[in-house]
Amino acid sequence: MAVIECKDVTIKYITGDLKAIGLKEYVMRRLTGTYNVKEFYADKDITFSLEKGDMLGIVGSNGAGKSTLLKAITGIMLPGKGSIKTDGNIAALLELASGFDNDMTVKENAYLRGAMLGYTREFMDSKYEEIIHFAELENFEEYLFKQLSSGMKSRLAFSIACLVNPDILILDEVLSVGDGAFRKKSGARMKEILSGGVTGILVSHSVSQVRELCNKILWLDHGNQILFTDDPETACDAYEEFLITKKLPKNEQDIHELAERFKIRQQLEKEEKMKTEAQKLESILEKGTKDSAIQAAMNIILKNCPEMLDEPYRSQGDAS
Amino acid sequence: MTVLRETKQSIRRFAKNQFLFEELVKRDFRQRYKRTTLGMAWSVLSPLLTLLILKVVFTQIFGRNTPHFTIYMFAGVIVMSFYKEATKKGMTSLLANASIITKINLPKYMFILSRNVSAFVNFLLTIGLFLIFCIFDHIQFGWHFLLLIFPIACELVMNIGIGMILSVWNIFFRDTEYLYDVFLTLLNYVSAIFYTVDRFGAKMQSIFLLNPVYVIIKYFRMITIDGIIPSLQYHALMIFYALFFLLFGLHMYKKYNHQFIYYI
Repeated sequence: MAVIECKDVTIKYITGDLKAIGLKEYVMRRLTGTYNVKEFYADKDITFSLEKGDMLGIVGSNGAGKSTLLKAITGIMLPGKGSIKTDGNIAALLELASGFDNDMTVKENAYLRGAMLGYTREFMDSKYEEIIHFAELENFEEYLFKQLSSGMKSRLAFSIACLVNPDILILDEVLSVGDGAFRKKSGARMKEILSGGVTGILVSHSVSQVRELCNKILWLDHGNQILFTDDPETACDAYEEFLITKKLPKNEQDIHELAERFKIRQQLEKEEKMKTEAQKLESILEKGTKDSAIQAAMNIILKNCPEMLDEPYRSQGDAS
Repeated sequence: MTVLRETKQSIRRFAKNQFLFEELVKRDFRQRYKRTTLGMAWSVLSPLLTLLILKVVFTQIFGRNTPHFTIYMFAGVIVMSFYKEATKKGMTSLLANASIITKINLPKYMFILSRNVSAFVNFLLTIGLFLIFCIFDHIQFGWHFLLLIFPIACELVMNIGIGMILSVWNIFFRDTEYLYDVFLTLLNYVSAIFYTVDRFGAKMQSIFLLNPVYVIIKYFRMITIDGIIPSLQYHALMIFYALFFLLFGLHMYKKYNHQFIYYI
């Protein structure tokens, strides 16, 4: 059975006047007939399903509907149409550093956040030390939250949210929390969770990260589903080509074409790079002193294509 | 049967969220008293000062001679200030936690409930003060004082309901807060807090009963000052108000619960 199953998920946003105009203004605009709202689709007929152990990467430019879709999967939003079925408990690492209380201590905030995430008190009691340790806040437990740096805050948020062993893990651009050392640690923790057979969804603007972690790709553009595939290689190639040319594929053929073109482009780039490198090397050789330049050239030839040289030179190379 | 099952389910769901509820209540208390010693005392002092001003104005300047006028006013002041505080806090509870509601899937009504709890505890403190004043004013104590639990419970339930209604409105219309302030000023004047209704005719007096806050205030006065137990119909009226607002609030909350996120 699928762990996550989205079927024709459609989410409609209302924009325009309705937001924050107030009752007085609302009545006035209704009376004068200038009240108008627009609807727009954040997500339109998104369909995909994930099995246990799958890792889905969602790609797409800004405003593609990625975050909205994640919100629907975590249950924060209800889809206007379609259905979402999930099996198991979900840990969602959205951008979580906000929503803490500045006038409470780190410990109090940790417990409150744990409660909000649906943990039990016993669970928090048993995990609290570990959370503080992981967030590297051992000496700050009784500090007021406003006294922490923003890096510390996101570290705490991350630690509380990820110290569960969820069935479904949702990551929205969170793998870049804290300084370098913490990033490494959090990345390791993520991999640990993922290796435990968890089903994951990753939203990231870093395509290389998606390539590395995901075995399925969902590509969204302005709320439309461009592609859902279990061939991340082709999908990522096509997506990267799209990022350069801004040409949306219309069907599967297009996608393969895009991917193909990306490969060619990469090949060309590689050749280009090698060429410039060779040129650079040449100029170095020309400018250097004669003896050392010849020696360097000999070394390179010896290393890369020794068959070019006659026997005596080859043995000379071995000796040096 | 289905109702029974549903209630059972709700209770079970609530038990699951007990930890969240406790932590939210704790947070509200901390926010309220800001870890100061005066914080707690202030919540008792503030109605006391209001009362003092009212007493000076209405007994010294206007020379009122209603018996136990201090207690008469005090009952009005504490019931009214509980109503004001609880509903206003309930109203803003969802918007104030917008940053959490958009990030974490959790039962949002918990925010409304927890705020009501902190207002309620404060109310109980002022009730204690009220009873002390009753002693000073030579009020006849008796078992019937236990009945005060009834209006207290009714007001609590009603406040939760109204808080729910207002919190929903406040999300859709951000100026609800300011409009409600205007309404509260009006309510303050039509609830007979510092005047008696005797001067009005019988018809006018029954119109006052349309105001649920006044009904609760009157119950307090009947028990403490007059020493009489209100009629059964009177109790029924209070239950009606409490349940009406609670059910209306629940209905609103349930209906718009999933739309909040588009507006915050």
